[in-house]
Amino acid sequence: MNLTPRASLRTRVLAVALAAAVLAGVAVAYTVQAARRAQPAATASEFGLTAGQLYVRDERGGTDDGRIAHVPLDAPEKAGQRRTGGGPACARFYAAGGTALCLQRRPGIPPKSYAVVLDRELREKRRIALTGIPDRARVSASGRMLSWTMFATGDSYAGSSFSTRTSILDTRTGYLVKNMEEIPLTVDGRRYHSPDVNYWGVTFADDDNRFYATVSTKGRTYLVRGDMRRWSARALRTNVECPSLSPDGTRIAFKKRVREGSSDPWRLYVLDLRTMHEHPVAERRNVDDQAAWLDDDTLAYALPSGEGGRKSDVWTVPADGSGTPNVLAREASSPSAVR
Amino acid sequence: MYLATTGAGATSGRAPRRGRVAGPVLALGAVSLVTDISSEMVTAVLPLYFVLQLGLSPLQFGFLDGLYNAVTAVVRLAGGHAADRGGRHKLVAGGGYALSALSRLGLLLAGGATAGIGAALAADRIGKGVRTAPRDALISLSSPPDQLGRAFGVHRAMDTTGALLGPLAAFALLWATADAYDAVFVVSFCCGLLGVLLLVAFVPGRRDLPRAATRTPRASPSRARDLLKVPSFRRILAAAAVLGAATVGDAFVYLLLQRRIGFAESWFPLLPLGAAAVYLLLAVPAGRLGDRIGRRVPFLAGHAALAAAYALLLTPLGGTALLVGVLLLVGVFYAATDGVLMALAGPFLPTERRAAGLAVVQTGQALSRLLAAAGFGAAWTWWGTTTALTAAVLALLVALSAAAWLLRGVESGRPDHFNARTADACSEGAAS
Repeated sequence: MNLTPRASLRTRVLAVALAAAVLAGVAVAYTVQAARRAQPAATASEFGLTAGQLYVRDERGGTDDGRIAHVPLDAPEKAGQRRTGGGPACARFYAAGGTALCLQRRPGIPPKSYAVVLDRELREKRRIALTGIPDRARVSASGRMLSWTMFATGDSYAGSSFSTRTSILDTRTGYLVKNMEEIPLTVDGRRYHSPDVNYWGVTFADDDNRFYATVSTKGRTYLVRGDMRRWSARALRTNVECPSLSPDGTRIAFKKRVREGSSDPWRLYVLDLRTMHEHPVAERRNVDDQAAWLDDDTLAYALPSGEGGRKSDVWTVPADGSGTPNVLAREASSPSAVR
Repeated sequence: MYLATTGAGATSGRAPRRGRVAGPVLALGAVSLVTDISSEMVTAVLPLYFVLQLGLSPLQFGFLDGLYNAVTAVVRLAGGHAADRGGRHKLVAGGGYALSALSRLGLLLAGGATAGIGAALAADRIGKGVRTAPRDALISLSSPPDQLGRAFGVHRAMDTTGALLGPLAAFALLWATADAYDAVFVVSFCCGLLGVLLLVAFVPGRRDLPRAATRTPRASPSRARDLLKVPSFRRILAAAAVLGAATVGDAFVYLLLQRRIGFAESWFPLLPLGAAAVYLLLAVPAGRLGDRIGRRVPFLAGHAALAAAYALLLTPLGGTALLVGVLLLVGVFYAATDGVLMALAGPFLPTERRAAGLAVVQTGQALSRLLAAAGFGAAWTWWGTTTALTAAVLALLVALSAAAWLLRGVESGRPDHFNARTADACSEGAAS
């Protein structure tokens, strides 16, 4: 041991070891506390699906939380009704006909995503591992057909570089189409082939066979009508994104691109499938959501609340273009009405 | 006279026994290991934190990141310069490490505020920029000139071990705490603080440095500029910059790999770990090889390996063979060039200008790499991947020829005793 003016090596080793022990203690204590604070990862729910309720993803409190909550449809929150929380934790949620679809994302190496199929009691029935960022979820009115869209690259439709993967699941047969890109597509009466097709935002008709979706290729978007049994799709119209079929099957609510670029590109429109006429609804703001029909006359959708864009509110507007938008649930997203 | 202390902090001129790595190098390696765990933990989760938790677009994040990298490059010069003034390497490096550690608390306190996060990230990058050159100067001042390659190899291997463990620790934490990013920041802060304490306790300070490093009263900017009058140093700087200008950036290489093989994007964070594992294994052998046959050899060969990696991406090879081949070559590139460049340049710099000189080399290389990345990004957009890659291979081959010409004979009159000379030597030139 050298005699130096500094503390001896032994003293320094001891001091650093002591400090390392204290720091390790702090790190472990904080991590344990953080793990305890975290919500249970299971989708265990404190309630099931009940008719007459609006289900939303609750964004109050912790931002990472996102558990599902419900409020009575006939007495929305502004009438003083309390929201009941404690449902499954989902990034995106939709429920209809006794089936719920919950898209989850878990970090890790690599980060994992899941589509979780839930029954009427919101108990897990099936779990499908996926890659990408959860985006759209839809269940047919009967609860039989499920579809979801994940971002494979990018995380917004607004930019020019993103790609999506859309899956369809038949819960009666268990048949799963993991990526519907291979579906034979007809555009302008001809079979269409292109490697750059991306599908998103599937919505099912009452017969659990017909469906509508958006396909994007070569910089354009089309509304397509698909047929599950014949496994084919036909483009009907351009500039239609995230279609949502009305309960009576006569109209489609969709987002229409009204401006190029990535700032405020969309408005909410409704297309009449019999006349093929479209009209805007009273919502003048940029809507980036697959709207949900609360009934045959009313649409619900999420809009970012205030600045930052981390949280959103669920709004509602008449489908016929009249009236004004109203807040249905603050700090919430993924609305779905169970009738 | 190189610094000849051991971890015990001896001040005598006793040389370390051959075959042993100097104590300060091991101490700095340990500091870097712990600090890299701390910083790579945060680096690995930041894109997720920004994009998924805070809702920034990937483009905004990329812009922020690029901006900070440019800041780091410039701050490095200031760090090197400050360290040389009176031999305050330990003080300046320690300040940099401490600033980076404290920035984790900034991330924690910023919550979701973008301005706060921006400031915390800036503090982290400034700390990183400030500490690098003094640290490398300390390593080169602590080792015999003929063993510099090995010393840097040992340090880089320890550093890379930390870089490997950091992301694993971060994702394990996120998994265990269900997305509690604050836990990642707190654990990262604890690691960073431990790094600072290790530095304070075991890295030699001013009084343990070679006398020449502390004797000079002050290093004025005009004197620092005199470094460029050393012909060998000028040539090494030019070679590093020319080669840097033909290096397209790892992110592009990994992106091209992903496109060719088509694995899920979520595996992306694992690619750098593959290359880092190769780097870790080969850093010491590459350094020793450089000590024996001349450091320009592995330095040039490493860039040839990088050219081979680009070329591999152009071949029809696919699947696992392509993945393993490219990661192996990129790992070889880092092992053969990163520490080796410091070992190559170090002996040509007088001790009292060592930190500033190394900072000049690092900054020159970093800035030319930034240019190359921007140029490749543009070429990719305009001409597509094949043409852009072909251009990158050709550019790298041309740069290699130029660098080989620049470095010819640089080491033949290696000034192993350069440090013994007076401070004026640097203006007279190093060729002996």
